[in-house]
Amino acid sequence: MAEDSQFDIEYTAKLARINLSEEEKAKFSSQLNSIIGYVEKLGELDTSEVEPTAHPHPVENVWREDVASDSLPVDEALKNAPAQRNNMFVVPKVVD
Amino acid sequence: MEYEAVIGLEVHVQIKTESKIFSPVKAGYGHEPNALVDPVVLSLPGALPVMNKAALDGIMKAGLAFGCAIPDTCKWDRKNYFYPDSPSNYQITQYDQPICQGGEVEIELPGESRNVMGEHKAIKLTRIHLENDVGKLNHFAEDSLVDYNRAHTCLMEIVSEPDMRSGEEAFAFLTAIRQTMVYCGISDCDMEKGQMRADANISVRPVGQKEFGAKIELKNLNSITGVKNGIEYEIKRQTRELKKGNTIIQATWRWDADQGRTEPMREKEDAHDYRYFPDPDLMPVRVDDVWRERIRSEIPELPWDKQRRFMEEYALPYTITSVLVPDRGLSDWFEAAAKQAPDLAQALGNYVANDLLRELSEADQQLGECEMTPNSLLTLAKAVAKGVITKQIAKDVFIEMFKSGETADQVIERKGLKPDFDESQVRIWCQEALDENPRVVADVRSGNAKAINALLGPVMKKSRGKASPQVVGALLRELIDAGE
Amino acid sequence: MQELYYKSASELAELLAGGELSSVELTQALIDRTKSVDEQVGAFNSFDEADALAQASASDERRASGDVLGPLDGIPVGLKDNLAVYGQPLTCSSKMLERFVSPYDATCIQKLKSTGAVLFGRLNLDEFAMGSSTENSAFGPTSNPWNLECVPGGSSGGSAAAVAAGEAVFALGSDTGGSIRQPASYCGVVGLKPTYGRVSRYGLAAFASSLDQIGPLARNVKDAASLLQAISGHDAFDSTSYKAEVPDFVASLESLKGRQWTLGLPKEYFAGVADSPALEPVRQAIEFYRGLGCEIKEVSLPHTEYAVATYYIVATAEASSNLARYDGIRYTHRAESFDAKDSVDIYCQSRAEGFGEEVKRRVILGTYVLSSGYYDAYYLKAQKVRTLIRQDFERVFREVDALLTPVAPEPAFRKGEKEDPLSMYLSDVFTISANLAGIPGLSLPCGYSGGLPVGLQILGKPFKEDEILAIGQEFETAHPFKDQHPKL
Repeated sequence: MAEDSQFDIEYTAKLARINLSEEEKAKFSSQLNSIIGYVEKLGELDTSEVEPTAHPHPVENVWREDVASDSLPVDEALKNAPAQRNNMFVVPKVVD
Repeated sequence: MEYEAVIGLEVHVQIKTESKIFSPVKAGYGHEPNALVDPVVLSLPGALPVMNKAALDGIMKAGLAFGCAIPDTCKWDRKNYFYPDSPSNYQITQYDQPICQGGEVEIELPGESRNVMGEHKAIKLTRIHLENDVGKLNHFAEDSLVDYNRAHTCLMEIVSEPDMRSGEEAFAFLTAIRQTMVYCGISDCDMEKGQMRADANISVRPVGQKEFGAKIELKNLNSITGVKNGIEYEIKRQTRELKKGNTIIQATWRWDADQGRTEPMREKEDAHDYRYFPDPDLMPVRVDDVWRERIRSEIPELPWDKQRRFMEEYALPYTITSVLVPDRGLSDWFEAAAKQAPDLAQALGNYVANDLLRELSEADQQLGECEMTPNSLLTLAKAVAKGVITKQIAKDVFIEMFKSGETADQVIERKGLKPDFDESQVRIWCQEALDENPRVVADVRSGNAKAINALLGPVMKKSRGKASPQVVGALLRELIDAGE
Repeated sequence: MQELYYKSASELAELLAGGELSSVELTQALIDRTKSVDEQVGAFNSFDEADALAQASASDERRASGDVLGPLDGIPVGLKDNLAVYGQPLTCSSKMLERFVSPYDATCIQKLKSTGAVLFGRLNLDEFAMGSSTENSAFGPTSNPWNLECVPGGSSGGSAAAVAAGEAVFALGSDTGGSIRQPASYCGVVGLKPTYGRVSRYGLAAFASSLDQIGPLARNVKDAASLLQAISGHDAFDSTSYKAEVPDFVASLESLKGRQWTLGLPKEYFAGVADSPALEPVRQAIEFYRGLGCEIKEVSLPHTEYAVATYYIVATAEASSNLARYDGIRYTHRAESFDAKDSVDIYCQSRAEGFGEEVKRRVILGTYVLSSGYYDAYYLKAQKVRTLIRQDFERVFREVDALLTPVAPEPAFRKGEKEDPLSMYLSDVFTISANLAGIPGLSLPCGYSGGLPVGLQILGKPFKEDEILAIGQEFETAHPFKDQHPKL
């Protein structure tokens, strides 16, 4: 339940790649704890024999044939870029 | 204490298709940056993926070639992680229901020498699954530039069991995968173009111990040699550490080919929390026997099978087969001639493996571009076998044939290479040679049979190289014997 | 005489066909109306006046040369600002996409273009369609035209308010958990969430992929039917779109008229609210159908109480992944300053600045339910309960043709009234099951409570939009609430 929930706001916000202020952390922690407490009611149901639903009306083998079509023009592809150079997207240096 | 290495490989192979895996945009290499993108590739708001059927056909072909089981259903999952080369910040992949399960790759280890076939071994596979490739980062001093042309190229990931014990085995594993892929037309596996990439999981343990040691995931193995060198380096490093009494901590390292050493990579604390879940934008795949059999029927005879058959059926030496077989086109070309005259197969094999490859390379041509056909090569082998021309002359005839596309008979005719004398003339030349070299004759008569070879040259010279060495040898012997 | 901007699409089509009205005149009338009332209503994020008039003029030229493309040719359609239109902004009411201009058309937009409809305006929504009040918009809230102190509902609040206020003839919205039906109910207009797979999602900025559907909001059932007609059908660009026959929705309003329907009342939907005075109009609507001779049956959807929990797990999990693309790299807001030495800070800071509070909350919740160690307990569990909810509907639809329910527990609430996210989520209780089960749902004005519209929800069998539209029109014909408009 809410009190003993394991919700780790620091870890989860980092995993979601969102910086939170201390104020937001406190607020979200308490709100999300109560939401998580609420959704735990699903635990009341025995679903051991139930198949999960991924799609409401599943069909199989939805594909297209391997025929190439036009690309976006490069200027259209880059027109919304926050930073670009040499027709590429500029990002901070990635150290891997 | 003795240590042994345990190695598993994860090999990524791009499937050769016209369009991308989840977008209809052209798949390709060497285009202007960001020229092969659309809303799906850039992951614009509202864009949705649609499967490319050819990617499924391609991976099934690979799976069947490696003896994998193709289950009746498979599905798509999202692997969530943020990285600038991933436009959606999730990769569409197959987590718990891959399209290919199990299977094995037959590898050949180096023999005692180049002329001797090495030991063959089966490396077990865990699975092969399909996923989208990511874009490419170009690093500069101050920043990095991203090009998404490669993003959404069809990519399969082949995961081996920890079945390998040396860099050499890993090398052989990759070589075998590449050969099969190329044979089946699934991928060109050009590592320079990123069409094949490998990561290795390497651990070391005392010989006899059952449990695995802590593993290092080794990345940035950019060539097949890099895989071998990187793994060998890492095995030595881990062994050294263990011998010093240190422990290995599971981590990701990279191979620095320039420095020739491995080094640890920075890892984020949440690096492995990928939050896999079924991709709600894609429907599952169902495979039936009709589909499996159609793909199976498209698989050609595989390289190792072909090599064994060439050695058996045509009695080709291992060295010739190991030149012919890795190239499917070349071996098919050879066989188009050889199956018409199996008794000439060895000669044909030699011409293809030596003369044809040399001429192609000198002319900077592909096999498909060359004028010579298997049937015309056959005319040359037959001409030599019948003694119409000598092997020596045949070498020159081959070059002419390669250039002009003529048959051997046409070249022989045009160049007047056919002997313009009969056997009685050869007998005269032989007698002359005996008369001119009484010492050699005496030598032969005193029991040195080999000395007769010294008489061959003068006779061949008199015939301007056109006499059959077999005929000349026989006549010389006859005349020497007769004079005794 | 009725103002031009409150005429229905079918009336306008006749005027255009008869040459009594040009598309340019009509479009100008809507632009004028919007200019005069949108200050109060706040339904529009933006509109491109010149572009709309150019489309209208092109339509008039087609008409002059006898090349009319169909009944929608020349009639303006408002668009929720989460649908991609080539060359137009696509903001999702988020700072994240404030400057984004779409380089492509959504499938529904291409289809609309091929009917000759005039695409007019970008309508406000809760940021990335996350919300039930259109208060969560980076560009300010939309007001309910019936009471400007109240919310229009959400997330398609801009679409519902624009239609109610005469700023749009009809409009497209999207519905993930009630986002078309609830604002339609709050604003006194007709809203239809089609069967999952009926309308292509290609070009709809995804919130929760397995729940989202695009659908029409209109001032009457027939207009909703004709707009649905224009956007329905299988699309090769959306793997989840369904290859089902698309009936003639407008014609079937006539052909299905007067059927003796068997209509179900899910007892779980009425249990807590049966006596609520706010829902008196819903009870009267049920009596109307009984009076028509329809069989009214109480039915049970036993897993209803688990729907909200199931929905908020499935929807937020999918959203956490769908919204990962908004990262400051390719086309979204990038933070001006971030720690360049920390390789993830460009993401963390851009997303902190670009997303509003509700989006952050849901993305973090969705990230949590998928994270290591929790997947089985939350996401997988929710997918299994989703199966039970779907089976509830399959079972009752063997007994009844459609279900009658309230759309929301109460009429439009006042802005700022619901601060607690969980209480906001719980108000979606009647609408979200339809998304989980993938069935169609119609929201139909059925009366007023305290001067605010109240909606009746009609839930139908998969791909039976024609039936719920026909059932709805029976009520509408007898109760012309469509002719009542808010005073602005």
